[in-house]
Amino acid sequence: MKITRSMILVSSDPESLRLGAEDLLRNLKEAIEAYNLQDEVTVSTIDVSAIYDVNRANILPMVIVHPDAVVYGPVKPSDGRYLVEEHLYKGRIVNDLLTPPKLLTGQIGWLRGRKGYNPAEQRVVLERAGRIDPESIEEFIAAHGYEALGKVLSEMTPEDVIATVEKSGLQGRGGAGFPTGRKWGFVRGAKGDKKYVVCNADESEPGTFKDRIVLEGDPHQILEAMTIAGYAIGADEGYIYIRGEYGLAYQRLENAILQAKEFGFLGKNIFGKGFDFDIHVHAGAGAYVCGEETALIESLEGKRGEPRSRPPYPVTHGLWNKPTLVNNVETLANIPAILRNGAEWYRSLGTPSSPGTKVYTIMGNVNFSGVIEAPMGITLREVINIYGRGMKPGSVLKLAQTGGSSGSIIPAALQDTPMDFESFRKAGVSLGSGALLICDQHTCIVDLVKVLLQFFRFESCGKCTPCRIGTQRAYETVERISQGLGKLEDLEFLQSLIQEMERVSNCGLGQTAVVPIRDMLKHFRTEVEAHILLGSCPTGVCEFSQEGEKAL
Amino acid sequence: MSSLISESEIAAAVQAAVEKHGKNHDALIPILSEVNRAFGYVPGEAIREIRKHLYDPANRTYVAEGQLYALASFYDMLSTKPRGRHVIKFCENAPCHVVGGKAIWDTLRQRLNLENGETTPDFKWTLVTTSCIGLCSVGPVILIDDDIYGNLTPEQIPDILERYE
Repeated sequence: MKITRSMILVSSDPESLRLGAEDLLRNLKEAIEAYNLQDEVTVSTIDVSAIYDVNRANILPMVIVHPDAVVYGPVKPSDGRYLVEEHLYKGRIVNDLLTPPKLLTGQIGWLRGRKGYNPAEQRVVLERAGRIDPESIEEFIAAHGYEALGKVLSEMTPEDVIATVEKSGLQGRGGAGFPTGRKWGFVRGAKGDKKYVVCNADESEPGTFKDRIVLEGDPHQILEAMTIAGYAIGADEGYIYIRGEYGLAYQRLENAILQAKEFGFLGKNIFGKGFDFDIHVHAGAGAYVCGEETALIESLEGKRGEPRSRPPYPVTHGLWNKPTLVNNVETLANIPAILRNGAEWYRSLGTPSSPGTKVYTIMGNVNFSGVIEAPMGITLREVINIYGRGMKPGSVLKLAQTGGSSGSIIPAALQDTPMDFESFRKAGVSLGSGALLICDQHTCIVDLVKVLLQFFRFESCGKCTPCRIGTQRAYETVERISQGLGKLEDLEFLQSLIQEMERVSNCGLGQTAVVPIRDMLKHFRTEVEAHILLGSCPTGVCEFSQEGEKAL
Repeated sequence: MSSLISESEIAAAVQAAVEKHGKNHDALIPILSEVNRAFGYVPGEAIREIRKHLYDPANRTYVAEGQLYALASFYDMLSTKPRGRHVIKFCENAPCHVVGGKAIWDTLRQRLNLENGETTPDFKWTLVTTSCIGLCSVGPVILIDDDIYGNLTPEQIPDILERYE
């Protein structure tokens, strides 16, 4: 094992790349070789948009030097050589390249090891992402990696593992919130010799990129969790279905699998305990519907991603018609920590009915957008004011959309509802994937819903009629309203369409495509009626057509 | 574009993809993706070529051309039509929309004189919309080939387009 004294991370977000991060990376590497430091210093990249407020573009590209936790930025490509010479060769911090501290978020405290700067941040899923070199298995092992797998294989029976997961109260993080331990029990109990573990990494819900951060920042965590799941349910093979757009995450997973096999954490006779498990990575080719578990399985088998009729469920008839466990990336990422620290520890996080943490992606009209991990049960107001650092200057919260396109639209009045599965269910809203799109007073509800419906009419797979035609008709109707051509009857039509699509659509896509319309009519009916009756868009967003103006 | 690709090039690309991913049905999408990456789209000749490779009565594997076309037309990252040398993908989803996506889209359409899905006559540019690509913290976002541009304003568009030959 190679022991290095320092690790350099270079920011690799789009803005940094635009400003020459790739040249910077090359210059750093060249300088390290020139000073013959390549055996002592490793260089890697990190998506800093998850950790820092990168919208302040004047700190990019950034260079972070560990273990000193010194943060430089902006660093011009031409500064690379100087930085290596001063900091890594001579051991002097380059003061004039340091990132001005006032521009950084509270995460600098976390980087320096001063926990508690950001009181509510508790990291389980993102424990290591951004802290270790994702391409190094040694660093993963040093941060408790594969410890849970070792414990499971040497001290626990499969039944113990399932009991622990069930006791932890972990619920599926893909959106539906089904109890994970119970699902594992179903697959273990299903008849059949051959079973599969499938990791759903087809993260396509607009506004959601938490799984990307997990896979890019800590790929071994998912391999460890899938192997534990395989042991628990009696499977010897697993698939990671990753969306085709996530090229970097795909490479990191492939690399991690090779490393894990080399170290004996994957493949034959893991830990010398006689358990075999193998994992394949399978890239999708761009289809939102493949996030639905039966569509995902169809796509894995080389078909169009069209959801199957259920029942039978994948737990008994999944991949190649064998019992299959399908879990989301974030759900799996919780598993090693639960088995390492116990169910009691996990239950101490979050709320009694929804234990644990949740990873959210915040974006829209807030000062900080990115990924955060917070205990279940915090409120939207807290998210906006603590993590989002408040609304942008001049912006007032009008509504938030949770959980991507199929999530709920929450008016500002509901921002004090605790965000956990139970409270949300009671309030009639869905937590979904954890995307939080924060919109201010300049957002027109009709325009927003039109954009969401455009997404659904495009992504509907076309297999069942209610969804294929329903999404199209819904879009046309809302588009007419946005052009000033709407009638009051249109609202009646939408109302009945909601009921039909919810009742008869084959899968979750069609059933939830109507949620934004329902929330629009429930919370913002006056604004919609203004488009129809007054012939004006209160926010001035919608462009009324000539025809519309004449009709008035 | 289509006529510039020789049959032997297509045969070689399909051969390589089949060797890499195998002949099982679960390899179909990865094979089509490789072909799409090589030529920017899935040519009809490639579909015929893949069918030939996967015809193996001994192992009961057989795939129809229609089945391959069904896949190529279903998945968004695969194209059945030739595309320009550079493909611009514009994220049209809500997170990019509420932070000024529409102005970017209008600028792109006007500068290139293209509508969604169209290609310039010189086959330099293809303009398409895409669903969320998971870069929402830096919206509005466009992708040109594999290059990502985030935090965009309409004023930046001409400069960015200039960079491509």
